[in-house]
Amino acid sequence: MEEAIKSPLLRLEKRGSNSLKPVYVWMIRLGSILFALLLGSIAILLAGSDPIEAYGTMLKGAVGTAEFRQQTVKKAVPLLGCALAIAPCFKMRFWNIGAEGQITAGALAATFVVRLLASKFEGNTPSLPLLLMMALAAMLLGGLWALIPGFFKARWNTNETLFTLMMNYIIIGVVAWLQAGPWEARQGRIAQFPRLAWLPKVEGVHCGWIIVLVLVFLVHIYMRHSKQGYEIAVIGDSLRTAQYAGMHVGRIMMRTMFLSGAISGLVGFMLCSGATNTLSKDIAGGVGFTSITVAWLSQLNAFAMVAISLLLGVLTKGADTLQTVMNVPAAISDIIIGLLLFCMLGCEFFINYRLILRKKPGKGGTVK
Amino acid sequence: MEKNCYAIELKGITKHFGPVLANDSIDLGLQRGEILALLGENGSGKTTLMNMLSGIYLPDAGEILADGHPISIRSPKDAFAHGIGMIHQHYKLVNVFTAAENIVLGMEQEKKLDIKQTNARVREICQRYGFEIDPEKKVYDMSVSEKQTLEIVKVLYRGAEILILDEPTAVLTPQETDRLFAVLRNMRSDNKAIVIITHKLNEVMAISDKVAVLRKGKYIGTIPTAETNPQALTDMMVGRAVSLNIDRPWNDQQTERLLVRDLSCYDHEHVKKLDGVSFTAMGGEILGVAGIAGSGQKELLEAIAGLCPIAGGSILYKSPAGGQEELVGMSPMQIRKKGISLAFIPEDRLGMGLVGSMGMTGNMMLRSWRKGSGPFVKRKEPKALANKVLQDLEVVTPGIEFPVRKLSGGNVQKVLVGREIASSPSVLMTAYAVRGLDINTSYTIYNLMTEQKMKGAAVIFVGEDLDVLLELCDRILVLCGGKLSGIVDARRATKEEIGLLMTSVGGKEEA
Amino acid sequence: MKTLDTVVLLLIAAITYGTPLLYGTLGEVLTERSGNLNLGVEGILFMGGAFGLGGVYYCEKLLGTPSGIAAIAIALLCAFLAGALASLIFSFITTTLRANQNVTGLALAIFGTGVGQFAGEMMRVRAGGYVTVSNELKAVFTSSPFPQFMKDIPYVGQLLFGNSHFFYIGVILAVLMHLFLKKTRKGLYLRAVGENPATADAAGISVTRYKYLATIIGGGISAIGGVVYIVTTAGCTWNNEGLSGVGWLAVALVIFCLWRPLSALWGSVLFGALMILYMRLQLSFIPTELYKILPYVVTVVVLILSSLRNNKEKQPPEGLGLAYFREDR
Repeated sequence: MEEAIKSPLLRLEKRGSNSLKPVYVWMIRLGSILFALLLGSIAILLAGSDPIEAYGTMLKGAVGTAEFRQQTVKKAVPLLGCALAIAPCFKMRFWNIGAEGQITAGALAATFVVRLLASKFEGNTPSLPLLLMMALAAMLLGGLWALIPGFFKARWNTNETLFTLMMNYIIIGVVAWLQAGPWEARQGRIAQFPRLAWLPKVEGVHCGWIIVLVLVFLVHIYMRHSKQGYEIAVIGDSLRTAQYAGMHVGRIMMRTMFLSGAISGLVGFMLCSGATNTLSKDIAGGVGFTSITVAWLSQLNAFAMVAISLLLGVLTKGADTLQTVMNVPAAISDIIIGLLLFCMLGCEFFINYRLILRKKPGKGGTVK
Repeated sequence: MEKNCYAIELKGITKHFGPVLANDSIDLGLQRGEILALLGENGSGKTTLMNMLSGIYLPDAGEILADGHPISIRSPKDAFAHGIGMIHQHYKLVNVFTAAENIVLGMEQEKKLDIKQTNARVREICQRYGFEIDPEKKVYDMSVSEKQTLEIVKVLYRGAEILILDEPTAVLTPQETDRLFAVLRNMRSDNKAIVIITHKLNEVMAISDKVAVLRKGKYIGTIPTAETNPQALTDMMVGRAVSLNIDRPWNDQQTERLLVRDLSCYDHEHVKKLDGVSFTAMGGEILGVAGIAGSGQKELLEAIAGLCPIAGGSILYKSPAGGQEELVGMSPMQIRKKGISLAFIPEDRLGMGLVGSMGMTGNMMLRSWRKGSGPFVKRKEPKALANKVLQDLEVVTPGIEFPVRKLSGGNVQKVLVGREIASSPSVLMTAYAVRGLDINTSYTIYNLMTEQKMKGAAVIFVGEDLDVLLELCDRILVLCGGKLSGIVDARRATKEEIGLLMTSVGGKEEA
Repeated sequence: MKTLDTVVLLLIAAITYGTPLLYGTLGEVLTERSGNLNLGVEGILFMGGAFGLGGVYYCEKLLGTPSGIAAIAIALLCAFLAGALASLIFSFITTTLRANQNVTGLALAIFGTGVGQFAGEMMRVRAGGYVTVSNELKAVFTSSPFPQFMKDIPYVGQLLFGNSHFFYIGVILAVLMHLFLKKTRKGLYLRAVGENPATADAAGISVTRYKYLATIIGGGISAIGGVVYIVTTAGCTWNNEGLSGVGWLAVALVIFCLWRPLSALWGSVLFGALMILYMRLQLSFIPTELYKILPYVVTVVVLILSSLRNNKEKQPPEGLGLAYFREDR
């Protein structure tokens, strides 16, 4: 039995009270974003394009002209809105990945209101009462759609991840049916809304952007300073503690899910009333999933979400341009978003743990 | 091999956790056919030291010698190879596996998985040392002491020559402890080397041949057990003369506070956890609750706090100001709204009593967040309370907004206790309030309990250390399998009496 | 007799549509048994589909039409490697870097679907049109390994012996996985890692290695589901529309089949049936588009029912979804 005693080359240690300085924390996070973009360039290289040129094209395509900028903002608005919707759920450790469906449900309800009531209104300009009713209906149905999995989670602890996800496919199926059946106008499409159901434009983009910016403040205050926000934070930390403190966990869960679904539903209303002016089964178009990324990348901080949603807006809009200009498939944006998430998730490790290299070779003693 | 060569010797073992020095250059020797007690307060580094022997942690510096030769233990596998087996305080068992399946985990030398042969060998080991275990029983069906037996059999099955037991008696009744000690003595005569980690002095005296003392990560010394006594050991352990007596004044203004009658509860799987329990808790006394782990202590406290669905019975609360309320059927919120100040210090401090990710302020809010009208939380009062607790109980923290999860165990408990007694409770319930705390903090907690008692609160103290229960409490209620086994006067009862009550209702020896 | 024919035809179609699900589920069973909850199966299936198809397509283009067995092997291998690579990323981020498994899985779902679509469309752009393989290969992929006379047995012939190679490989895989988990030492260790990593670690089992291997191999197996879908039901062309949702159903199916490989067999056939019922059993009072959501509705019901059960033997691995760090204290 004669063997050298070696400690491993690399050891890990959890950072306790000696946390990293915030400057370094943000440097690591920023570095990981750059690293993700670097990895993304490999995909661009594989597609046979020059990454620098491609990123340049993307940037130009996203912010090059006023019109491009407007389109980018238009892409960022639903992402931001939905991320704000998801944040309370995630804070509560309720993995709501059903935003896609909640958007669709909201858009469906808004469309229903238009079909039902538009003829009662006159004129050819946006009608505030009609828009308000659309928004309200959208929030109601979006909220209810989220409430269903919330109820089962609260009652029987049913797996919410898959439940919310299945709810997406179900509501999208319902819209597909309406689109091809009862609500069909021509060629499997639903008729465009009359102008009075269009969200008015401000600075060239539908005024949804103002709504979401107001929401940023509201959600921030709600999460940080309200009693309900406190309840959500406690539940997210420990369910037992919440019960111990006398919180009605089930009720809070359902309330939070309703709220989350309602905001997503509102996003759905903005999309159909402001962006596409009609309903289709692709109305959400992946926003519900991408916004999960936005919420997580910004560490559930409402203000950081503004920046991240703009970044992803630039990415997706840029990717569209890239496809038309350089023939690189637009799915590149999903790849880069995925990479961004990977890198951001991974980099937290370097923030929370300390790597310790073996100090001196042989320290710890080699005997005999 | 020389005869007096150590089976295992540690030289200069050092281990850091971040800035914390858990073990500071420790030397220790262990001989075959000997039981060594490793004594030290909670947090003195006993478990850390032994975890380096069993390959869970790696030492930062120092060396380990087996029979005089340096060895390296880099993983649990290496530890087995050197015949070292550790029985952890938190049992390392897979619940859905049978005893035999748990035993064969990690056994590399046998290529084929042959459960039948394993079963036979397990039975053989059991016979040799006087255990009882069914190799085909699933772990989730086992009692605590069965699980411990399984852990020991597991280690012996691997042919361990050096056994380390981490606080093995913490969850056992006095009778089970005696049985365990008998087994350990059998193993000693079988020429095995045994380390028992403990902070209970009477056990050190009862079982060990030698005792090694650690204090705050430092090695203090090793002495033959026959040449020492509990007081001397305590002084070594704490580093100064300590009075071991808990002050127990008598409050002669006792009033009936909680009248519990025929209380029954079921758990989530519809197993009866409390079965017709009746007792009266008096304001101005400490009522101890003893029992084997999982005998219904948790459910009893949670039922009173309104956290556990109640199947039947009544809990009548008599207010010190006069007037009474039936607590059964009330939620914690309703109880609070009735103006009943019920404090509860649960066993799982971070998982149930506190919000780990929040600072002290956020945790003080847990009792008061609803106060005030309007949708927003008020931070001013909780902040003031946090500062008060910080000063009164001498909590060590970088700041009142620093996440409590990152504080040490003792400070976590101080935050929790500080919050709970701040509301001047009329009923104070605690579960294992000193588990994992050092002697100083433990005594702080005992004194706070007594202080509350003298103020007229009804204190219900669930404990596991019978010596402490006998010294601290006025009366002790013993639970056995969810039933009330008996209530004894703590000033007169003996440990054996309570131990008997813990294992059979009414204390009658099983036939 | 007519109803019997219908049932047989329905079952055969159910098996065809269920086979991709079978692989997806089997792979995820293995992954989850190690305590890793990989929600990225959707992305893994996309990658498997695109790379499996790409492998066969470019092989045929560069080296000429391969023999039947070789073509199947290439498809399986390419898909497996793609899925293994995706799961390697997942393992690295969750096991080594200890990130939240839920979010990492979602990231993998986004990333994988992106890569799959990207690769699928790149192939189309490069080829300047449809990417598909020769008719010979298409026939190979849908053919069965059994001789004609066995398939000619009335009723049961086609049902038992007329399915694609991939189905039989999947059945063998399920049986092997069952035996591995139940009867072998390594299988026992793997289950221990998934149930209680601290215990496994203390017993000297390398938790990290088991988690990595199970997740990577599991991801590889799941990815095969993607290519099976592309080469059997999608006619050997890239089709992300039809593939979408299959991965998520597979994750749900794991819960449905109680983490048991053999139950995955009939579970996937059942869900395969649900997926094609709208084509085979048309009901005038249910519009097709609504009929199509049937599998998702059933999944929801299954989720609810499975949350009601309360049996100690029928629970997910105890350590599922949790990161393990030995020196946590």
